[in-house]
Parts: sequence; C-alpha cells; structure tokens
Amino acid sequence: MEKTYLQAISDGLREEMRRDRRVFVIGEDVGVYGGAFKVTLGFQEEFGPWRVIDAPLSETAIVGGCTGAAIMGMRPVAEMQFADFISCAWDQLVTVAAKQRWRAGTPVPIVVRLPSGGGFSGGPFHSQNPESSFAHIPGLKIVCPSTPADAKGLLVSAIEDPNPVLYFEHKHLYRRIKAEVPDERYTIPFGEARTHREGDDLTVVTWGAMVYTAEEAAKQLEEDGVSVEILDLRTLLPWDKRAVLASVEKTSKLLVLHEDTRTGGFGGEIAATVAEEAFEQLDAPVKRVTAPDTPVPFSPPLEKAFIPQVEDVVAGLRELAEY
Amino acid sequence: MATGTAVDVVMPQMGVSVSEGTVTKWLKQEGEAVEADEPLLEISTDKVDTEIPSPASGTLTKVLVREGETVEVGAKLAQIGGAPAGAGAEAEQLAPAGEPAAPAAEVPEPATQAAADASMAAASEGVEEVAPNSPGPAGGPGRAADGSENGRTFVSPVVARIASEHGVDVAGVPGTGRGGRVTKKDILAFVEAGARPEAPAPAPPAAEPAPAASVGVAPAAPVPAAAPPAAEPGLGEGVEPMTAMRRGIATHMRRSLDTSAHVTSAIEVDMTRVVAIREKLKKEYQTSYGVNPTYLAFIARAAVETLRDYPWVNGEIRGDQIVTRNYVNLGFAVELQDGKGLIVPVLKNAETLNLLGIAKGVSEIARRAREKQLTPDEVTGGTFTITNPGGYGTFHGTPVISQPQAAILGTYAVVKRAWVVQDEFGGDVIAIRPIMNLTLTYDHRLVDGALAGRFLRALHERLETWGESDY
Repeated sequence: MEKTYLQAISDGLREEMRRDRRVFVIGEDVGVYGGAFKVTLGFQEEFGPWRVIDAPLSETAIVGGCTGAAIMGMRPVAEMQFADFISCAWDQLVTVAAKQRWRAGTPVPIVVRLPSGGGFSGGPFHSQNPESSFAHIPGLKIVCPSTPADAKGLLVSAIEDPNPVLYFEHKHLYRRIKAEVPDERYTIPFGEARTHREGDDLTVVTWGAMVYTAEEAAKQLEEDGVSVEILDLRTLLPWDKRAVLASVEKTSKLLVLHEDTRTGGFGGEIAATVAEEAFEQLDAPVKRVTAPDTPVPFSPPLEKAFIPQVEDVVAGLRELAEY
Repeated sequence: MATGTAVDVVMPQMGVSVSEGTVTKWLKQEGEAVEADEPLLEISTDKVDTEIPSPASGTLTKVLVREGETVEVGAKLAQIGGAPAGAGAEAEQLAPAGEPAAPAAEVPEPATQAAADASMAAASEGVEEVAPNSPGPAGGPGRAADGSENGRTFVSPVVARIASEHGVDVAGVPGTGRGGRVTKKDILAFVEAGARPEAPAPAPPAAEPAPAASVGVAPAAPVPAAAPPAAEPGLGEGVEPMTAMRRGIATHMRRSLDTSAHVTSAIEVDMTRVVAIREKLKKEYQTSYGVNPTYLAFIARAAVETLRDYPWVNGEIRGDQIVTRNYVNLGFAVELQDGKGLIVPVLKNAETLNLLGIAKGVSEIARRAREKQLTPDEVTGGTFTITNPGGYGTFHGTPVISQPQAAILGTYAVVKRAWVVQDEFGGDVIAIRPIMNLTLTYDHRLVDGALAGRFLRALHERLETWGESDY
C-alpha cells in the first residue's frame, strides 16, 4: 500500500505497540496532541496514557526514564520534538545508555525518534542533522531512513535491537515522499546500504533527504551521458563499508553527500575509510558536498545556500566526471 | 609565512667575452618552491647554453625577465624569498581586510623593505610590464589542489595499479581527463583494445627480446597506440588476429623509426676470395664439424673484427651518453618457419669466436630460433645486428635498426657480374666476379656518414683480401 514516509513510521510504531506490550511511547506532546508532526496521532486513544506518555519539557528526563525502563525490561520509544533538542539529553544518552551494556552487561533497548533536517526555514534550533555527533559514541546505533518502506522496516529493527538506537527521521520527507510499504511486519537489518540507483561512472554515498537531491542530480548527469550510482547508507552506525568499497571499486570516483555540516561530518569518516581501504581504486580525489560550517540560517535564501542543493551536487559530480 | 630575506638571481658572467644572455626557459614558475642549487632556469649566450642553479632555498617570488628576453650580465632575473611581486602595496591593503579563512593567511608578511626596494628597482628598470603577470598575493595557494594543473603527468592510484597489473606505460595511453590526464576508463579501454605492454622508453639498455630488424621498407603505417577493436572484414577481405610477436615487431619497428635517425649506405664487395676459400673449407667443415661455412659466417667474422676499430657502430645512445663496449653481441635476423614472424637471436661475445665458431654458433642459434627453443637471454643484449635477405636474391634494402643499437648490417645476394679489374700489367679488363652488396643502416644521431663509410670500406677490404690462413 502506498504511504507517506510519516504514515509508514506511524503505522510501523502502532503495529509494534499492538504486537508487543513492552513497547511504549514517551515524549513532549506525543499523547493528547499526537506529537508535533502527528506521528502518534490517535495513539493515546488506542493504547492509553500509560503507554503513550506526555513528558515534561525535559529531554534528560525522557531519555533517562527510557533508559531505566529499558533496563527493567521495557522497549521504550522516545520522541524528541526536534532532533536538535537531543543535546539536552547528551549525558543520559552518552554516559548512561550507551555505556550501560559495556559496564554491566545490561541491554538498553531504547529508540529515540529524532525529527531532523531543514528545508522549511526552521532556523538553527529546528533544522539540524546532528547524527555525526553521535556517530562518535560507541554503544549507540544510528538509523537514517529515506524511503517509507525503509522507515517502517528500520523502525521495527530499532525497537528489536538491544542497544540504544537514534532514529533520525527527516522532516522534509514526512509528507513529501510517498511510496509502497508492505503491509506485513518486516525488519531491515542495520548496516546494509540500499542501492538507490545503479550507475557505472560515479558513486554518491548519502542518506536521508539527500538521497533525493542526489537522484535529481544524477538525472541531470545522465543527460550528459554520465551514469551515477547512488548508495543510500540507511544506517550510519553501523554503516555498510563493504557496499561503499564495492561501488568505489566499480566507479573509482566517490562523492559523499550529507546535509550535516562539513567539519567532523560523517562524510569525513567515509572518505577516510575509502582512502585507507580503497586507495588503489581511486581515480579522483574523494569529494564531499555538505552544508558549510555554520548554524542553519532562518532566511529562506540563506537556508537554500546552506543545505546542499541539486545544482551543488551536479557541480560536484561534473567536476568528478571531468577529472 | 615569512620567507625571509630576498635573494636576487642575476645573469651570470659565462665567459670573459660574454656581455649578455637570453633566458630560454624558466624551470620554476613564480610561487614555486626551489632548493638551493636546484636548476632554476636555462640561459643561452653566444658561447654556451646552460642551466642556472638557484642561489638559495625559498619561494620564487618574482620573475623579472621573461623567456626569450636578453639582458646584460649582472641583470637581476628573479628573486627568491621576500614578498611576491607587487605585494608591497597590495599586501598592506589586503591584510587588514583579510577574512580568517581567506588566502590572505598565505601572504608573506607585508612588504619587507627588501621587497619594496626590489619592486621599485624593477619598475625603474623599465621591466614593469612583467609585474602584471606576477600573481598577486591571492594567486598562489590552493591552485594545485584541484588537480587542474597536473593533468598529463598525474597518475591516479587506480590508474597506477591497472598500469602495473598490465605492464602498461601510462605515458603511452591517450588521456581524456582534465588536462589530458589518463583516467581509469582510458587505461581500461587501452588494455581492452589489446594494446601491448609498451616497450620501455628509448633509453634502456638492450632490455627487451627484440624481434627486430625487418628487411626492406619500413612498416607502411604507424601502429596506433591502442589497436581499434576487431575490424569487420569488407567484401573480399580476410581478417586474422595479430599474434603477440607480430604486435611486438610492429611496436618495435615503429619505435625504432621514431627513435633513430636512419641512414643507409651501401658498398659492393668482390667476393672472389671468400667464394674460393669457402669452397675449400666447405668439405672440411662439413665432414669434421657438420657445419656449413656460409657467406654469412664470413661476413659476421669480418664485421666483428671491423667493429673493434669502430666502437660507435657497436655502441648505443643511452640518455645523453654514448655507450661503447669491448665485446660484440651479434644479433641475426631469423625468419620463423611459418613466414609470419622474425626473431633476432644473439650470439654473445662473438669477438671470441673464429670463423668456425661463428659458423657453428649461427647455425645452432638459427636452428633453435626456428624450433622456438630460444630462451629470453638468447634474444637480448645484442650490440650489433646482421640481417641477411640475400638468400632471396635481393641486392639492396634499408633495414630497421634493432633498438637500442646504433647500426644494422644488411647482406644481399652474391651475383656474378661483369667487373672491371686490373690484369697483371695494370690494365683494366672485364672479368666475371661474384659481387655482393652490403648495406649499413646507422643511427645518424651517433654515427655520421663518413664514419659509416669508413666502416664499410674496412669491412669491404677485409672481405676482398681474405687470406688462406685467416680464420
């Protein structure tokens, strides 16, 4: 059945709650209001206020509470109203949740849903893609689905996973992307990239909303006779190194695209890995197309200049093609 | 990034009578780093052409005399270190405004006094037209990073790997990347097109098994670097794949013609004495040693003796040096039995062999060549080659030199001719004599016509005066 990205997340979550009584939802305005983006609309009516909990405005309390509940055997799914706010929960997440299993052997099966990304003038506090900050934290897992089907399958996997999982759902895709989603329950394993588009000449590695930016760019390159392969990583921790290296072996030219800022962005990790493990496959320098190292601007023209646009990717790809 | 005190590069005094010099080539460009004593530019005077080493280590900040310009001895040519050209005022303007990340950070410290003096001096000497060419403070940094400047020479890791796996010389692959860079696609297409591993550059010493020395005219068409994919035969045409040997010959022939300056000289030899002695020796050689004393053996023996006196004909140009030897490794062009190939086995140290030894050596190595029993050692290391198409009755040819040798001797049919000789009274009479043409095709880069002529004359004398007791 065709569903929006948002509907796929909502339905996936609902199905898991129906199936497994340990699964509960907690977040700011997730209950009565149905969530800032209406992902949990109708959830409280169906599952009651004990399983769909409106939390106070404290991300620390939400993540801390989830961690405790998970240690006690529950499967909490927390919602940050915006991914940006997760910094408030840094200590609970990084110091407690991510390390508990290493310290005490106790699984911490929590999912933190993180509506992320820009493109609608949300400004510096409502538009970020802070995935790379957490990619540096061993013990966490990071998921960044780009399609409705992946959104559902990866959410199910995230809930099943015994570790804290950060589930970055891109706000720009919520109602914009609609595609077929299987009705039955299914999981998508972490660490398996999806080939969004096959190509022979250039590889783009990306995730989240940038998959579609890359797709538009690839269509333009196709008119030039350049065939672009797009790998959607789907998960960053773990990430599918093997798929990236295989594609680089095929094309020998790699562009890493992400909406996050450049310095310390996850693209650097991919570029470094390719340089380390596929140096002899490279026919051009690895190229990064990313946001610049500034906070996300409010102003629509500035935000457009900040977030990588199709023409930025086209320019980067052309440069690689001509190299 | 202060570059320290500026050092001037001046036009040197190349000889007492030399008063001026012309800059022919800058080996470093403005903004490039240079080490002390590293060649910096080439100059030409009426006496000599020479490279000028850098007087100091640092950045070549200013070039004041352009290529092709002639200036007095002592004139300032360039500046090492200090501030870049024109930095005096501009740097001061830029510095306060410079953004933290802008290339301003790369600017040498604003205007040392030396630099200011230098630009003043340059201006007052009327060379100010040079100044606009000099990159401003922002010109230098970041230029090389995008790879746009190094197209032809830069080899990417994947191209290097493919080249080494297939034994391809990247320099011979047509490049379609930026600035002519060879891309992965270029080299894969080259390899797929069945291009042979490129022969090493012209200089290397006798490295490859050389299927060389074809007789007669040079190959009609140049061999393309990458053979086009299999051609469809036209009506009435037949197509067969090129063997590896054929491709090797094709490549080598083309390369030889591209390398050496081929010139051919010919001489006629009265073979009367050789014919007579050969007749005498024939039976003895055949019964005692099972060897035929061929004309080729006589000529080879005479050639080896003659080469002792003409070391350059037995030599080689290696880089910018001339290599000579105290030995002769004699190559012989041998046609393969199927008539579709040619190989040049080498008789090593032919100077140690007498006529019998050469006759035996030649017949043995030719047999091994025809039976494809040669080892790689036996087809490398030649210093001089003889090709012998005379068996087919041809009387002249212009063979192609087997690289990296300097010359190839061609021997042709012994033909009975009406020949003017002296009788016992010193009068001219016409006699019937067995005459053979010999050609020497030589690399005029090393061997001049007179030297070739003297060599042929000496060889001619040795053959015409072959004595009963010579061996």
